[in-house]
Amino acid sequence: MSRRRAAALSTLSTIVVLGALAAIFIAAPGSKQVRHTFFSPHAMWQSLIGNPKQGYYSVGEALWLNIRMFLAAEVLILILALVIAVIRQSTGPVLFPLRVIGTVYVDVFRGVPLILVVFALGFGMPALALKVVSTQSAAVYGVAALVLSYSAYVSEVYRAGLNSVHQSQVAAARSLGLSQWQALRHVILPQAVRTIIPPLLNDFISLQKDTALVGILGAIEANKAAELYSDTVFNYSSYTVAAILFLILTIPLARFTDHLIARDRQRRLAGAVR
Amino acid sequence: MTGQLAGAGDGTTAPAGPAAAVRIEGLRKSFGANLVLDGIDLSLAAHEVICLIGASGSGKSTLLRCVNLLEPIDAGRIWLSDEEITAGGVDENLVRRHIGIVFQSFNLFPHMTVLRNVTLGPVKVLGSSRQAAEAEARELLRRFGLLDKESDFPDRLSGGQQQRVAIVRALAMHPQIMLLDEVTSALDPELVAEVLDVIRELAASGMTMLIATHEMGFAKDIAHRVCFLEDGQIVEDAPPAELFTDPKDERTRRFLRRIVDAGRL
Repeated sequence: MSRRRAAALSTLSTIVVLGALAAIFIAAPGSKQVRHTFFSPHAMWQSLIGNPKQGYYSVGEALWLNIRMFLAAEVLILILALVIAVIRQSTGPVLFPLRVIGTVYVDVFRGVPLILVVFALGFGMPALALKVVSTQSAAVYGVAALVLSYSAYVSEVYRAGLNSVHQSQVAAARSLGLSQWQALRHVILPQAVRTIIPPLLNDFISLQKDTALVGILGAIEANKAAELYSDTVFNYSSYTVAAILFLILTIPLARFTDHLIARDRQRRLAGAVR
Repeated sequence: MTGQLAGAGDGTTAPAGPAAAVRIEGLRKSFGANLVLDGIDLSLAAHEVICLIGASGSGKSTLLRCVNLLEPIDAGRIWLSDEEITAGGVDENLVRRHIGIVFQSFNLFPHMTVLRNVTLGPVKVLGSSRQAAEAEARELLRRFGLLDKESDFPDRLSGGQQQRVAIVRALAMHPQIMLLDEVTSALDPELVAEVLDVIRELAASGMTMLIATHEMGFAKDIAHRVCFLEDGQIVEDAPPAELFTDPKDERTRRFLRRIVDAGRL
């Protein structure tokens, strides 16, 4: 099949599929109602720009909080997860108690639903009535919950990466007189990082959306702002706006991840030829 | 170099007489229930080249890895020069910088150029300046015909080139002794010679070497002494002329007969 013919066919099939889906949507008995409730251009615009006097906030502006929470959580997760992974990979007998703590930590935070961790920190910490710890904003508790939960996952990604570097690389590094830490720093980690970037970015795409869970603590992030709008105006189009904004946020990262995976694959194939 | 490796006053006694480059006494090592080294005694003088021969699994590689402290030993003692390196309180990182080892599968660092592979040890372990380390690395690469490869990554090189880089990487640390672990076993036949030539040159320059090898002809040429290992023991230890032509032990004879039958000698 020629390339042009293939392109024409894929275009045609795309149009047919999308057309069919649109037809079902429009022909559905409740179509008009749904379009008004979820896709009202007027309501979408209103919720996007917001009107605090009317009791609702801009969903677009609220997204900025999601982005900030994501960035803060991302950096902390990368650090905490690496510490956990390195501890769990350590072999020294002295570090045994730390290894146990690391294992329990990962088991617990991978097992408990993120929303429960958000609740526990968001309502539990203020209830402790401590200085500093109990007086933070909802966003701070939310970020802390995201960091605790995601670090457990990401530490496993790190560990897989560390294990992917062959033991003979450690032997080669140590035989030069490099210490365990130097071998990790100069030989093992640089090789591990290459293999873990795609799965790591995958987790971060997920993290971007999960910042929406912090809304349950009352922080005005995009999802919460959309909820306030729908509570005030009784129209759900604000949620559609929030969904579109999250898509705009996550799709570039998703494409970037695909790009890295494809590049890595190509490199491997090129390496295999030699 | 007394006191350089061990903590002060640990009371290890140096063997009498001129210190051997490496001395091994009663070395035992097992992996689980599998006894791999069963009482090895071996002494290697400075500038001496000893080849270890024997079937796969006879313990040659494990012996080399024990000397480099890459494998913890179960019993026995090892001295490097006059310093016991198996004593308590010895900093194994300090020991290893004096011992070069080259592996069967090269084990170059794939994320570094040839030059960085060679300079990593001198810069990070010996504390050399980058300029000094690179100048010396280039000198070594030139000596072994690899200077035009300094900016290449290892996967760009042939197996023979990679193994020569691995040898250069070990040499850049100025080791007192080189341990070579079947360094030609992973190579295509046509690439073996270039690596053996490098080792010949090292031997000619007076490098002390302990070489595990399957290349009998090479062992015959280069070694001052050849040790035949079987079941974790040194069965026979003799100059090559003697061991290859007039082996004393029945087990050595059996092994050499198999090698001859396979057309390898």
